Amino acid sequence: MSVEGRKRPFFTAEQVSWILVAPLLIILLFFLFLPMLTLIQVSFWDYNEWTFFPAFIFDNYVYIFTSNVTFATYWKTIQLTLWTWFFCTVIGFTVAYFLAFHVRSLTWQIALFLLCTIPFWTSNIIRMISWIPFLGRNGIANSALLEVGLIDAPLEWLLFSDFAVVLAFVHLFTLFMVVPVFNTMMRIDKSLIEAARDAGASGFRILIEVILPLAKPGIMIGSIFVVTLVMGDFITVRFMSGGQSTSVGRVISNEIALLQYPAAAANAVVLLATVTLIIAVMVRYVDIRKEL
Amino acid sequence: MKKIPLKAALSRRSVLKGAAAVTGAAIGSGAITGFPTIWAQNIKNVTLRQFGTGVSNLNEFAAKVSEDLGFTLEMTALDSDSVTQRAATQPKSFDIADIEYWICKKVWGAGNLQAMDTSKIKNYDKIVGIFKSGKLTPESVIAQGTAPHSVGFVDGPNGKSFASSETGWMTLIPTIYNADTLGIRPDLIGRPISTWAELLNPEFKGKASILDISSIGIMDAAMVCESMGEVTYGDKGNMTKEEIDKTMAIFTDAKKAGQFRAFWKSFDESVNLMASGEVVIQSMWSPAITAVRSKGIPCVYQPLKEGYRSWGGGLGLSANLSGLELEAAYEYINWYLDGWVGGFLMRQGYYSAVPSTSKNYMSEDEWGFWFEGKPAQGDIKNPFGKVMEKAGTIRDGGSFYDRMGAVACWNAVMDENKYMVRKWNEFIAA
Repeated sequence: MSVEGRKRPFFTAEQVSWILVAPLLIILLFFLFLPMLTLIQVSFWDYNEWTFFPAFIFDNYVYIFTSNVTFATYWKTIQLTLWTWFFCTVIGFTVAYFLAFHVRSLTWQIALFLLCTIPFWTSNIIRMISWIPFLGRNGIANSALLEVGLIDAPLEWLLFSDFAVVLAFVHLFTLFMVVPVFNTMMRIDKSLIEAARDAGASGFRILIEVILPLAKPGIMIGSIFVVTLVMGDFITVRFMSGGQSTSVGRVISNEIALLQYPAAAANAVVLLATVTLIIAVMVRYVDIRKEL
Repeated sequence: MKKIPLKAALSRRSVLKGAAAVTGAAIGSGAITGFPTIWAQNIKNVTLRQFGTGVSNLNEFAAKVSEDLGFTLEMTALDSDSVTQRAATQPKSFDIADIEYWICKKVWGAGNLQAMDTSKIKNYDKIVGIFKSGKLTPESVIAQGTAPHSVGFVDGPNGKSFASSETGWMTLIPTIYNADTLGIRPDLIGRPISTWAELLNPEFKGKASILDISSIGIMDAAMVCESMGEVTYGDKGNMTKEEIDKTMAIFTDAKKAGQFRAFWKSFDESVNLMASGEVVIQSMWSPAITAVRSKGIPCVYQPLKEGYRSWGGGLGLSANLSGLELEAAYEYINWYLDGWVGGFLMRQGYYSAVPSTSKNYMSEDEWGFWFEGKPAQGDIKNPFGKVMEKAGTIRDGGSFYDRMGAVACWNAVMDENKYMVRKWNEFIAA
């Protein structure tokens, strides 16, 4: 320290900031902005059966904005997103609340929290596909219900339906809600809750008026995870709906498979804009910077 | 580096030809004698990278190649869409493309494949007529769609457009083909099925499926609509926009009415749908039927009165191949048509492009069952030793000539492909 004190620093403070931020900037430039620019550029190109080539056409966008499919797919994707978000939030909040406020010892909190992550030790695809034999016409769920006598005929809507898709999504993504909510809840000053109780608030009022507002940033971060993951998904929708349902991600993946890269790029640009818009609206409600 | 004695290398290949070294050299023609001696030593260093659909990219082939030919064959199995993608966009990633004829039509224009000199293919004369004149027998009528012979030849080594007859320069060397139809669960249907129209029969509401690969699915859809008498096609393999609209309208209505349980994209999915009983009637591929049956579940590859939708595949050479690698590739293709692979494929229910050589690698009973449509004398096993059919069974659809002679259309790429794909996507999204 004393050495620095005598010498003039080699870099000015501003330069130091630039140098420190440079690695991140370079990474973002090369791996985010450049690919995105390419994506936007290609979305105006033309294509044939086997290749795509430079052009400046609006056909790809015109098709997106004039086709009924676009509307239907976005509507379906948003429906799936809302349902998934709703269940992920309810379940995620409950689990996090239990961990943060009902489990008293830190050891148990950590142990139970790790327990929540166990499903993540296997791959997404496997966790998703294992629902198929469970929910099938002759699957475990239907056989059990038939056995108990609750139903007379197998429930067809259990598998290859929107129900199955949402179920798989909730199973896959709830943890993304649990983690940030748990994190914010752990930071809530316990004396606030004591103060509320001393002032005569019931447990329910404490939950609604103290914990929920303070956990909002966590819920919002979790929501961003869930919404972006569901909006961009293409594989869960295909498998769980038996290929009968479609999402924006599936449309893009189909177009890529058929070598229609410019069409896929245009779709990706529109999806990106939509998701950015949704997130922009979401963060208006909660200042997540407080959290970070 | 270990030196390989020339004699050993020669005799290894001679064994493959099924003859002693001397006669091998005589009947094996150019394949053995035509190469300089140095070649026998260098061949070990050659690695050929092949990619294709799962059906014919089996590790057994790679092992046999290194045993018989001495060089390494690396194989990558992908689904049809990815195969097309790679053939069109990643020419440096492969040496040999194992693709279907309709894919060839799609990607030939990209210039990533080179035509092959048929004078270097020693079994060329024995290749079945379907791939040369387009006719199975001289009396045959050529089916609709992208018939293999129509995209099988180009004018010369660098030809870009397809020739209408044999030119001596082949785009793909045919290796595998079959006649596809609907698969059914006879135990769950309980009555005879004889027409494609049954796929949309309300009786099977919620229990039908169709494959979601647009270029193939549209053909199955067309077979159904034509059979229902709802749409009349000029050429199912090259539909007009109006024909596409009508076809997809019928299927969209059926989808909205809940006719389909699911759509499948991969082989395994079709097997699971059928084996679990989720679906009782659907588009299916031959080995998928045998996969269901080998689980002890009854499943029939139902011959239908309108005929089959057929497909064919072959090996294409990367435009980047030259010199020693190119020679090795020719050697590999000659080996492929020599019978061992053909026998292997035929014992799975496919057909070989050169049935006469494959016969040498099949027992009389196997040949009788798979090719001639005769009742099996003993249990029929697949190449992996698993019993596929019990004694007394007859192949669904009968003999080679009964099945391949009843092809109604070939898998195809249409002029209106872009439009068709959009309509198909709308159907899936509906």
